[in-house]
Amino acid sequence: MQAQQFRPHDRFVLWQLYIALAAIFLGVIMGFFQALERMNIDLFKLFGFASYYQGLTLHGVLNVLVFTTAFIGAFLTYVTMRSLGRPMASYRLTALQFVLMVVGVLLAGWKMLDNSSSVLFTFYPPLQAHPLFYVGLVFVVLSSWVTFLNIALTVRAWQRDHPGEAVPLQAFLSLVVYLMWFIASIGVAAEVLVLLIPWSLGLVERTDPQLARTLFWFTGHAIVYFWLLPAYISWYTMLPKQVGSKLLSDPLTRLVFLMFLLFSVPVGFHHQFVDPGVPVMWKTIHAALTYAVFFPSMITFFSVIASLEMAGRARGGKGLFGWITKLPWNDPSVTAQLLAGIGFMFGGISGLINASYNLNQVVHNTSFVPGHFHLTVGTGVFLSYLGILYWLIPALTGRKLWQPRLGVVSSWLWLVGVSIFSRGQIAGGLEGMPRRTWMAAATYVFESWRIPNMMTAVGGTLMFLGAMSFFAVLLGTLFLSRERVTVSMPVADVITPPEAASPLFTRQLGLWVTVLIVLIMITYGPYMISYLSNPAFVARGFRVW
Amino acid sequence: MPIDRFEKVFIWISLLLLEVFFIAVLVAAFFGGIQLPAPGGLVDPEQLANTPPFDQPGVRQVGEKEYEVVMIAQTWQFIPGEIRVPAGSTVTFRITSRDVLHGFLIPNTNANVMLVPGQVSEVTTRFKEPGEYRIICHEYCGIGHQTMFARIFVEPATSESQARAQEE
Ligand code: HEM
Ligand SMILES: [Cu+2]
Ligand SMILES: [Cu+2]
Repeated sequence: MQAQQFRPHDRFVLWQLYIALAAIFLGVIMGFFQALERMNIDLFKLFGFASYYQGLTLHGVLNVLVFTTAFIGAFLTYVTMRSLGRPMASYRLTALQFVLMVVGVLLAGWKMLDNSSSVLFTFYPPLQAHPLFYVGLVFVVLSSWVTFLNIALTVRAWQRDHPGEAVPLQAFLSLVVYLMWFIASIGVAAEVLVLLIPWSLGLVERTDPQLARTLFWFTGHAIVYFWLLPAYISWYTMLPKQVGSKLLSDPLTRLVFLMFLLFSVPVGFHHQFVDPGVPVMWKTIHAALTYAVFFPSMITFFSVIASLEMAGRARGGKGLFGWITKLPWNDPSVTAQLLAGIGFMFGGISGLINASYNLNQVVHNTSFVPGHFHLTVGTGVFLSYLGILYWLIPALTGRKLWQPRLGVVSSWLWLVGVSIFSRGQIAGGLEGMPRRTWMAAATYVFESWRIPNMMTAVGGTLMFLGAMSFFAVLLGTLFLSRERVTVSMPVADVITPPEAASPLFTRQLGLWVTVLIVLIMITYGPYMISYLSNPAFVARGFRVW
Repeated sequence: MPIDRFEKVFIWISLLLLEVFFIAVLVAAFFGGIQLPAPGGLVDPEQLANTPPFDQPGVRQVGEKEYEVVMIAQTWQFIPGEIRVPAGSTVTFRITSRDVLHGFLIPNTNANVMLVPGQVSEVTTRFKEPGEYRIICHEYCGIGHQTMFARIFVEPATSESQARAQEE
């Protein structure tokens, strides 16, 4: 019955996942080319790309704007329906979300491939892309807003049918993720709609690059939590089931997500520590809040490990670390997520360095930064998504996963690769190696960057092989796998139920949003008012690539 | 809300740790003299040729062992492209961009700042050791980004080199 009702929505979910996968496929190839460039092997030219920077634009946009947004929209739509046991509130919205995504990806993709928009995924003005590049990105964001609306309506409908009950955990978390994202994305939406599109169309001559940066980073930090939290949904509520354990506490999980809701947005200036147009006081306030946003991740670390340890011990693991070896490492979905967690732990530590604002002065915009985020988004998030796809694709297609062993190998290849890659990039960064730079053609290469560049190339190649093994498993599943299976979403049992906590943590979302808005007004309001009283609309557009 | 005892301990340790980190950062900032770049004012990037001090980019001595460098960044060079200061001097850079975003990084120092058209960036650093340093543009600024750098020659602090710096 239910499966019947879900099917029309699931079709769009599956096709949206295909978009995400196509994007990351091309994105990862670009990454491989970038890595080889560090050893003077130029595949960009060979394959007809205009420049390293065209490739890097594709890499950034496809990997972290398209792949993530498309995956999350599909995954959380799927999760919401299963968690609430009802189809999405509106079939039209599910369809619209998909159509907007397709149109957005095609527009932005076209304008990147014709080299008219090689502005990197941050598209900082005064570099001026083709108007349709910006329009494409707007469509991608609109698609995510439609997903938000649909999830919110579905939860509301469920609440009407279940007065007084706490919303089921996974749907609640999905809603919090999108609530946070919707508020966060207003910054970049304002930047693109108000500043960049009219300017790129020639309707206004000059724009304010400093203001654009501030609006961009209003969204730009929170967006990493938008990527991360769907992985946390899996770590908290699905992975325990997959390893044969339980989730410790339902209300604590909700509280963790609510803390992310509060602290993800009012920290954006920590990306602008060395911007000239932001007074030091504001940088300090955001630096303080940046530490606050580490806190829920530390609780997550504890909760998830505790849950895994229970499973390992139940399976006969002994000693301080013996339980680790007893986990089901032969399950590609589990392995991917466990290795994602390991990568993420190291990423988090390098992130603390990044965020410490005086250390930031040493590493800002050096290759330290890509070294850091290939561990966080490039591994913690990316491998978790792959882990989810290892059960989600069979669940949606009814086809048994092809060559699961190769799936296990793919995650290990990635982890080994990214360890070498990031070690290289971080070491280079500490020696002043700039990021976003076509190294093979650089005129100022330092001797101390030679080994870091080699590690980048070698590690990047292993990462590439890991990703290609994943795609082999995926394509094998879609085209070679004959065996039919019924796979359903893993849902962990809970030790401490939601009823144990005050409704503040389970229900009163409106209150949390109000606090968030107040926090944003405090951390951005006075700065914005004083900045806007004397802005600097001084920059014409440049196309210099 | 019922929370596992170990988890409670862990939560308190986490809070304490973050607190310590934060205080360490503040102490370094306010007592260790490590400071982030502060706003250096506004400027019209198209009028640099007749806006002091950017109408005369270059090195000026402003005190004993203290120098000011006025610099313009544009695709894909820094103006001036070479500067000389004696070892042991403290140098304040006043920099702005004529066109797109650029970056300003001197490896092995604390000099690291963004250059945003319309804004003046200020950064101060001390050159203790003689030798050749480089200013590298570390923000993507177009197809020639990887060629954008300048040289700083920090000369052994003889009276002669100081005199020459004064002349310039
Ligand atoms: C085979 C796998 C990959 C390789 C070899 C690779 C390699 C690289 C390299 C070398 C850079 C630095 C370029 C530069 O600063 O000049 C880079 C940047 C980046 N990568 Fe990857 N990457 C891979 C996968 C990923 C994945 C899976 C993600 C995210 C999901 C990702 C996200 C990014 C982002 C956001 C940037 C920054 C782009 C920019 O600065 O504009 N990468 N990558
Ligand atoms: Cu530059
Ligand atoms: Cu540059």
